[in-house]
This record gives sequence, structure tokens and C-alpha cells, in this order.
Amino acid sequence: MNLVKSALLLAKKDLFSEWKTKQVLVTQIIFASLVIVVFSFAFDPSNNMTKAVIPGIIWVIIVFAGILGLNRSIVSEQRNDTMYALLVAPMEPAGIYLGKFIANFTMIMIVETIAIPFLFLLFDFNMAGSIPYFILIIFVGSFGFVSIGTFLAALAGNSKSSEMLLPLLLFPIASPVLIGVTQATRIVLSDMSKLSSALAWTQMVTSYDVIFFVISLFLIDYVLEV
Amino acid sequence: MSMNLEQEKPLLPDSPLSKSKSAYLPKVLLGSTIITMLTSIYFIFLYAEEEKTMGAAQKIFYFHVSSAWVAFFAFFITCLFSILFLVKRQRIYDTYAYVSAEIGVVFTIIVLTTGPIWAKSAWNTWWVWEPRLITTLILFFLYIAYIMIRQMDGVWDKKARLASVFGIIGFVDVPIVFFAIRWWQTKLHPVVFGEGSDQSGGGIAPSMLAALLISILAFTILYAYLLNKGVTLENLKIKVEQYKEKLRMDIEN
Repeated sequence: MNLVKSALLLAKKDLFSEWKTKQVLVTQIIFASLVIVVFSFAFDPSNNMTKAVIPGIIWVIIVFAGILGLNRSIVSEQRNDTMYALLVAPMEPAGIYLGKFIANFTMIMIVETIAIPFLFLLFDFNMAGSIPYFILIIFVGSFGFVSIGTFLAALAGNSKSSEMLLPLLLFPIASPVLIGVTQATRIVLSDMSKLSSALAWTQMVTSYDVIFFVISLFLIDYVLEV
Repeated sequence: MSMNLEQEKPLLPDSPLSKSKSAYLPKVLLGSTIITMLTSIYFIFLYAEEEKTMGAAQKIFYFHVSSAWVAFFAFFITCLFSILFLVKRQRIYDTYAYVSAEIGVVFTIIVLTTGPIWAKSAWNTWWVWEPRLITTLILFFLYIAYIMIRQMDGVWDKKARLASVFGIIGFVDVPIVFFAIRWWQTKLHPVVFGEGSDQSGGGIAPSMLAALLISILAFTILYAYLLNKGVTLENLKIKVEQYKEKLRMDIEN
């Protein structure tokens, strides 16, 4: 109870400061749009073949935009050594992790709700599959990516070059999620006849989410130690 | 959270430096490494029959599989000692974890170089996106990331703590990566290669199996020897650091 309460408090603080500055969110959205523009150079949008790479593009956007925010969420606590203040505050490290996770997850969801329709619009993509399943998969995939990402951001935050270290730590660890969600997204967007396979992938990603969320909650005590 | 509060703790006189153990173990390990290595070379090149389709190129299989085994085993040891370090907080466990990861990198590189050489002659391609290959590649990246954490600035116990956490997470991740990729690729590559040398994924000639087992044994003993030597070296480095620190304090006072 106390854990959730302190986590929500921390998430509220993060989101409120983000609401006031709009620094990270705006950067993430502009960055996502730029990635889409770059992809339009790489893959001709008028070509029908491009439809096949859309699921991949969606996840590239989420991963790259997400990494910007993940790193910021921890680095921003270092400027005035507020991380120490959080650690001496009467809350558990798991609460800090949970709070950061909620804030990051909310932000990545906002980025996705803006960037993905924008992508579909610009690439003139006609959805052949089911939207609820698509949203479910995006949700599950983002959950896994952000949960392990927040944890590793806290770990990499100890380094002076955390923004360089974080992708090196995160991409290999998050590779099962990325494999699973790109497969599931591809099926859901184009070929609904293989829905059972997409659901199996979603289950795999969900189990990954659960495993790593629990491990992170356990191990964060060791990461956030003074 | 790098802060100037963090200073190297005054760790002398009671810090438990590992006593220089009797030099018995490394000698035994070295001796058995040499003996098993020579035996395995005899078995590989003279005893084991030549593979029908791949010919002599198949001999790389023995080194390849043994190195892969050592690479995965080393990562397991890293994870084990990471857990021990987080529980007991003694530097020696951390040293073991670190040295094991370093050896793991070396053997992963061996796997990733011998693999394509063999693949080029067996499948006529350097690289196939196949579960075991990708898992090994990701394992390699995990090791690199682990070593990158070790290269961070700061005091040793912070680095050891963070690296231990990553060692555990990484080890949990590897099987999931393997299953995810296997699931992803099953339709594309039914059974590209099993343990078998005849590519059917099934059988292996008894003489080949004997050679394989002996070379795995040889590589495991080599790993043990390298681990022992590496830990001794690392302990000496720590000792030198501590003497330097002591000297600095003596000069200052």
C-alpha cells in the first residue's frame, strides 16, 4: 500500500514537472516524427512493399523515442542530487522504481498515441487487422520495454556516460520483447487469419514482462544503494 | 549518482586479502589442461572418423562446440558469483564473476569466428539467422555490456554491485532469447543442424562423440585454469592498489 502510494506520488511529481516544462515529451514526439521522415526516405511510401516494414518501423520509433525519455527520467534526478533525497525519503527503492516506471510508461503511451496514427497517415496505411488487438500488443510490448528500460536506466545512471551505456545494456536484454512484438504486430496488422499465433507471441511477451518486472522490483534495492 | 562523497574506503589493514594459496592447484590444472588438450587433439584428428560430406572441415566442430559450452558455462558462473556477491558482499566473489565474464568473452569470440568458418564450408554461407547463432551473438553483446559496466568510473563496490545485478539479469535473459528466436525461426529453418555431424540432427558416430566429450572436458579444464590464473592476477592488482593507497596515506600524514 505504502509502496503504491509513494510510487504514485513520485509519478505525479515527474509528470507534473514534465507538464510544466514539456521538455522530454516534445523532444520525443519530434524525434518520432523525424524517424518517420527518415524512414520515408529509406522505404518509398508509394511502394506497396513498404507495408511489410510498417510493424518494424512502429517498434523502432517506440524504442528510440523511449530511450530518450528513459535516460532523462534518471539523469534529471542527478542535477541537484535529488536522487539522494529520494533515497533518504521514507520510501522503498522499489517505490522509486515503480514511480519512475509509471511516469515513463505514461509518457511513452502519449508518444505512441500521437506517433503511430501519424505514421499510418503519412505512409497511407490501411489497417487490415484488428485495432483492439493492436492496442493490446502495443500496450504489452511497451510495458516490457519500459519496465526493463527504467531498471537499466537506473543502473546506467551511475555512469557519467549513461546515455551511451543505456542502449548497450537495454537492446540485448530487451531483444525477446522486440522479437515478440514485431511478429505479433505484423500478424495483427496484415493477416488476421493467424491470430492465434499473434496471441501466442503476446503471451510470450507478457510472461517476459512479468518475469522482468518482478526481477526489477527485487534487484532495484541493489541498484539504488547509496 | 556519481558524487564526491564516494571515496575509496580506507580498506587496509583488516581487508581480507586472499592469502597466496599453495601453488599446487594451478600446477595441477595446467598439467591436466595440457594432457587433456593433447588427448583431445589426438582424438579429433586421428581417432574420430572423417565426416562423409564435410570432410576435414568438420573437425572445427569439436572446438566450436566446446568453446560454446565454455562460453555459456562462464556466464553461468558469472551469474552464480554475482548472486554470491550480492548476498555476502565479499570482493573475492566479484573478482570471480568478473574474470569469468572476461574468459566468456574470449570463448564467445572463438565461437563467433569458428562458426562462420565452418558454416562457409558446410552451408556455403557465413551466417544464418538461426536460434543458436543469434543467442550466442546476443550473449556476446551481454558480456560486452557487462564489461562496460565494469569500466565505469567510481569505487569498486558500486561497480561490483551494478555489474552483479546485470550479470543476474543477463543470465535470466539468455534462455528467453533462445526460446523467442527458436519460436520465431521454426518455420524457416526446420532443423539446420542438430548435434549430429550428418546434418540430419540426429546421430553422431561414437568415435566423434568420444572426441567431442574429450575436447569439452579439455576446454572446461582450460577454463578452470584460466579462471584460477585470472583471479590470482586480479587479486595481485587489488593488492598493488591497496599498497599504493597506503603509501599515499603515509605520505600525506
